[in-house]
Amino acid sequence: MKIGVLALQGDFEKHSLLLEQLGITPVRIRYPHDLDTVEGLVFPGGESTTLMHLIEQNAFRTPLSEFAASHPVLGTCAGLILMATSVDDSRINPLGLLDIDARRNAYGRQVFSFTDQIQLTHFPDQRVSATFIRAPKITRIGTGIEILATWKNEPVGVMSGNHMALSFHPELDGYSGFHKYLFLS
Amino acid sequence: MSNPSFEVKVGLAEMLKGGVIMDVMSADQAKIAEDAGAAAVMALERIPALIRKDGGIARMSNPSMILAIQKTVSIPVMAKCRIGHFAEAQILEALEVDFIDESEVLTPADEANHIWKHDYKIPFVCGARDLGEALRRIGEGAAMIRTKGEAGSGNIVEAVRHMRRVQSEMKQLTVMGHDELMAQAKALGAPFTLVETVAKTGKLPVPNFAAGGIATPADASLMMQLGAESVFVGSGIFMSEDPPARAKAIVEATTYYDDPKKLAKISGALKDAMKGIDIADIPPEQRLQERGW
Repeated sequence: MKIGVLALQGDFEKHSLLLEQLGITPVRIRYPHDLDTVEGLVFPGGESTTLMHLIEQNAFRTPLSEFAASHPVLGTCAGLILMATSVDDSRINPLGLLDIDARRNAYGRQVFSFTDQIQLTHFPDQRVSATFIRAPKITRIGTGIEILATWKNEPVGVMSGNHMALSFHPELDGYSGFHKYLFLS
Repeated sequence: MSNPSFEVKVGLAEMLKGGVIMDVMSADQAKIAEDAGAAAVMALERIPALIRKDGGIARMSNPSMILAIQKTVSIPVMAKCRIGHFAEAQILEALEVDFIDESEVLTPADEANHIWKHDYKIPFVCGARDLGEALRRIGEGAAMIRTKGEAGSGNIVEAVRHMRRVQSEMKQLTVMGHDELMAQAKALGAPFTLVETVAKTGKLPVPNFAAGGIATPADASLMMQLGAESVFVGSGIFMSEDPPARAKAIVEATTYYDDPKKLAKISGALKDAMKGIDIADIPPEQRLQERGW
């Protein structure tokens, strides 16, 4: 199985390593036609303004939306922001793949980045360690959105259909449960 | 709150990979950088080319200009402190900058010791010219390494020298037997456990970016192809004739570094790059790369 990782900017290598551990072949996506060869897509962490800029500059918006309409998509951190419906920042025009709103850097600057245990609702592991880097918060959850993970009773991982978004970085902690659940089950 | 783990600090460096970190001297320039797609900005009062021109002592930037830049942009804001000047670093931490660059571009405050960077909540980046220097800085707690190059020169030759040196010294380690590593650690002046790690993985344990002399999209491409995971652009943007277009072009070039057709298109629309200096014309005592121990 081949899964694409959007490789415009960010920690796409870490996601690729995690996919390899699951026996999946990661494919770097840097041109719209790269999407033709893959069965799913990961939006990695990175800087959302940079990613948005490169998506617009390289005519990626429509191909990404069309691909997402019929394929599984996972976004982490900046990836969650890109997948949201609305973001508290006019610099970002998100793709609207999930009916959620997001607030950027909602925990504050890097000095407030952290690793802590989160609660999982749909997985055999009920608690895992999760790293939040200048992370966003999910500020609104639309109808039909399932909550997959919470931290201090706030949603930090959500899913609807075959689209999943996490405000933290399982790829930094080497936890492949989310990738496995979305792409292999 | 206790200090975030080293992994949380390296985590931000991971997020910056494939992005461009741009030197800016005002909130207006920071806005130009962000709009062009910069992944972070480095707030400093004078970019290296001007420090070189003006002479005198180069120090940490005024906190009020750093705050103005933090207010203007949403991307990470970095700032520089002098080598060994841990009081400047403490002030930058109090300002909540996202990354501290303990930088040879500023006048060193300590001629023997660098800052003990594990004591801080905020990650540090440090310059290196060779593997030993890179591993000493990581041993002190640096969460990112950038090859030094020669800042403010607009000349890529030193950045290339340093990146090639680090890469070839890492390659050498991967083919050495375990019994050779201690002697090599001694020769490099590097912590043994980090030498062992590099011998196993062939990579630095933290992201490895390039800096010092990048002035064109082709320069960014060259450094990425030599193994840099991203680039810092200092004087190259705001000393050129068309900062917004050049900033945008270098961002594109860092993503599409191995696509010469795209690079040709990106480069074609630009005006003149910064003028630059031949390294032979910079007396050794004025070379910024010599600073750091």
